[in-house]
Amino acid sequence: MADASRDVWITGIGIVSCLGEGPEAHWRGLNEPTPIVDVKTFAPYAVHPLCRVDFDKQIPKKGDQRQMEPWQRIGTYAAGLALDSAGVKGNSDLLGRMDMIVAAGGGERDWAADGAILTGLPKANDPERFLNERLMSDLRPTLFLAQLSNLLAGNISIVHGVTGSSRTFMGEETAGVDAVRIALQRIRANQSDIALVGGAQNGERKDLLMLYDFGGFGLKGDFHPVWERGSAPGFALASIGAFLVLESRDHAEKRNATPLAKLTQITVASAARQPGAVEASLDKMWGSLGSPDSVVISGATGCEPATSEERSFFKRHSQLAVRATGSHFGHGVEPQFIMNIAVATLAVHYGKLFAPFDPAGVEQSITGPVARAVVTGVGHWRGEGLALVERV
Amino acid sequence: MAELLDTAGRPVVVVTGMGLVTSLGAGKTDNWDKLTAGKSGIRAITRFSTENFKTRVAGTVDFVPVEPLSAPALAERMAEMAIEEALSESAIGRRGVFPGPLFLAVAPIEIEWPQRQELAQASGSNDAIGYDDLLRSAGTGQFRRFHERFLFGSVAYNLADKFGTQGSPISLSTACASGASSIQLGLEAIRRGEAEATLCVATDGSINPESLVRFSLLSALSTQNDPPESASKPFSKNRDGFVMAEGAGALVLESYAHARARGAKILGVIEGCGELADSFHRTRSSPDGKPIIGCIRSAIADAGLEPEDIDYINAHGTGTPENDKMECLGVTSVFGEHAKRLAISSNKSMIGHTLSAAGAVEAIFSLLTLDRQRIPPTINYAVPDPTIALDVVPNVARDAAVRHAISNSFGFGGQNVSLVMGREPRA
Repeated sequence: MADASRDVWITGIGIVSCLGEGPEAHWRGLNEPTPIVDVKTFAPYAVHPLCRVDFDKQIPKKGDQRQMEPWQRIGTYAAGLALDSAGVKGNSDLLGRMDMIVAAGGGERDWAADGAILTGLPKANDPERFLNERLMSDLRPTLFLAQLSNLLAGNISIVHGVTGSSRTFMGEETAGVDAVRIALQRIRANQSDIALVGGAQNGERKDLLMLYDFGGFGLKGDFHPVWERGSAPGFALASIGAFLVLESRDHAEKRNATPLAKLTQITVASAARQPGAVEASLDKMWGSLGSPDSVVISGATGCEPATSEERSFFKRHSQLAVRATGSHFGHGVEPQFIMNIAVATLAVHYGKLFAPFDPAGVEQSITGPVARAVVTGVGHWRGEGLALVERV
Repeated sequence: MAELLDTAGRPVVVVTGMGLVTSLGAGKTDNWDKLTAGKSGIRAITRFSTENFKTRVAGTVDFVPVEPLSAPALAERMAEMAIEEALSESAIGRRGVFPGPLFLAVAPIEIEWPQRQELAQASGSNDAIGYDDLLRSAGTGQFRRFHERFLFGSVAYNLADKFGTQGSPISLSTACASGASSIQLGLEAIRRGEAEATLCVATDGSINPESLVRFSLLSALSTQNDPPESASKPFSKNRDGFVMAEGAGALVLESYAHARARGAKILGVIEGCGELADSFHRTRSSPDGKPIIGCIRSAIADAGLEPEDIDYINAHGTGTPENDKMECLGVTSVFGEHAKRLAISSNKSMIGHTLSAAGAVEAIFSLLTLDRQRIPPTINYAVPDPTIALDVVPNVARDAAVRHAISNSFGFGGQNVSLVMGREPRA
């Protein structure tokens, strides 16, 4: 891109997960050898539970908190962290023209109400009438709003005043890739100056564990790092909130904002998943990034055959130092790619990479400064994405 | 010869193909004939029992056979039909290859009560059923098809594969504005040179007991069930809520340069788009109307036009007491004296609120309005609301000189989008 003033900078990050909240807690946690995972509460499924969060700090009104379930609370919280990080919280003029793209799934079911209905249905004389009556009487009227995919964005507008524009992308892992990609391209092309991009997940919910386990994608039993799940593949669902503030260099410089990193390029594909297709897709995208000399923050899920194909790609590029963050904070699906861009941002900002966490030897130690990081996002079912993050 | 760039120096974006399915029927011809004849697609719901429900009518699409029926399956099939019609008209690319990305507005996807019941039965539990039982059933591997069908991206993946769109498809939601957002994403992608053509699709087939209850519990739906055709009464004094409906719309957007080079017929122009989010409330708009006013103004400015250039507004016009009042406030604020001269009508009076599909379905009706120079009516207008002093084209369609039209979509969660459309590229 010839016009450097339209370079896209990452000027704020807001992250919360099982490792804690914020950059320091995450950097510490990523350097720890012990994963924080719960294999008991949702046995046989392994999940990465959210750290203790005081939601009052970012969602001051209890009334607002009550309108949400955990998924939207986690996201609204992380969005607030990102706005604080970028130094734009409370700047109502700027927030009034700030664009927003959220990668979202949907909100929590009322598990007790569902269970009561399922229990009663086989015994009901008129099952259709029974279902109608129970739905009308058992569902809290505002629960729908806590479930609606675009209402995470809606709540962020209400709580934090971000109202320039609001879009919500669905579609599992690629929703996160495309949310950042579209925000990046709009800023580059002068269609936007500053954007809040992110998503959240509540991994501690049986309705979501169920969706992925229909296809056998959930990690069950003992916990193993991502590269070692070959014989019992799967991802450990995670509670995660991850938001970025993306800004044109021009806009950032005018308000004296310090960049954390530059978001240089994002590429996405959706290969038909024949054997070898993921690896071929990674090859093609790697080439389009210019085969950069960089470290890799991998969003490998631990599902097969995608993880093996990604691993095979790294074997053929053995000079790359790879870190699979799924081993540390699990897989949040929609916000995962965005979370990993935040981790990549920290790596290039601090100029170093955290220690390997992988006895299987995929992850190698490195010495020397880190100026460039590529993020991978290979979806458990469909979609592949890469992002290039660079030191400013 | 009209310029290939608009007044802001951006590629002009035209429409070369359109496809439609609503409760009025399949295809543009059937829909347009009925719409301009003032016919309604709203009927008593027969898909499931509505006993004890306060709302018993909807614009269901019952003529599209889908087995087993689920919201994503119906949405996908209607989208296929709309896309086939649009691609056939556009004659772009070749069979199985569309030279651009897919933007799909779709309702959030989740498993439904028939699937939950299947899972409960399979668990073999005789006592109280809970999610542990459902998880046990899931773990048997016998329900793989539920994973594929009920992923959020499932409809988009299938459509992208079938029609050969480029890159990764985007599934999007801005509630009731979703269809308009899908067109906006296509417009922006072509303007920044990322694509020469985009397939913008919006679809919604989600009328089932729980979705009806959800809107009903928010007091958003009309309960004037008898007769069904008169339940949707936008701008009327006795309006009492919207009527849920199903449908799909598909548009092929293309740069004018690309369309002209291959000799494609230009069906209309997407001249501008405005969007603005509202931070007032999760379901109600800001009482001062500023987000709606700002949205409409920015759409007109984006099109390089003045308010006086707009002859017709295809209203969001849901028929809720709140929306129609706020939309009127927005329109009179933006257009001033000109608000009395332009026409504003609501397709939702006849096809109901097609939710995620609405913005695209109504953009297509707006383009047909421009092409045919004929404005569809707002039907069921028997008791005027004296506080809404606008020409709502009551009950009967009319021929008119329409140079430019705006289509409004204002969604739950405060997501507002307005599209400006014209007949042909301007020099």
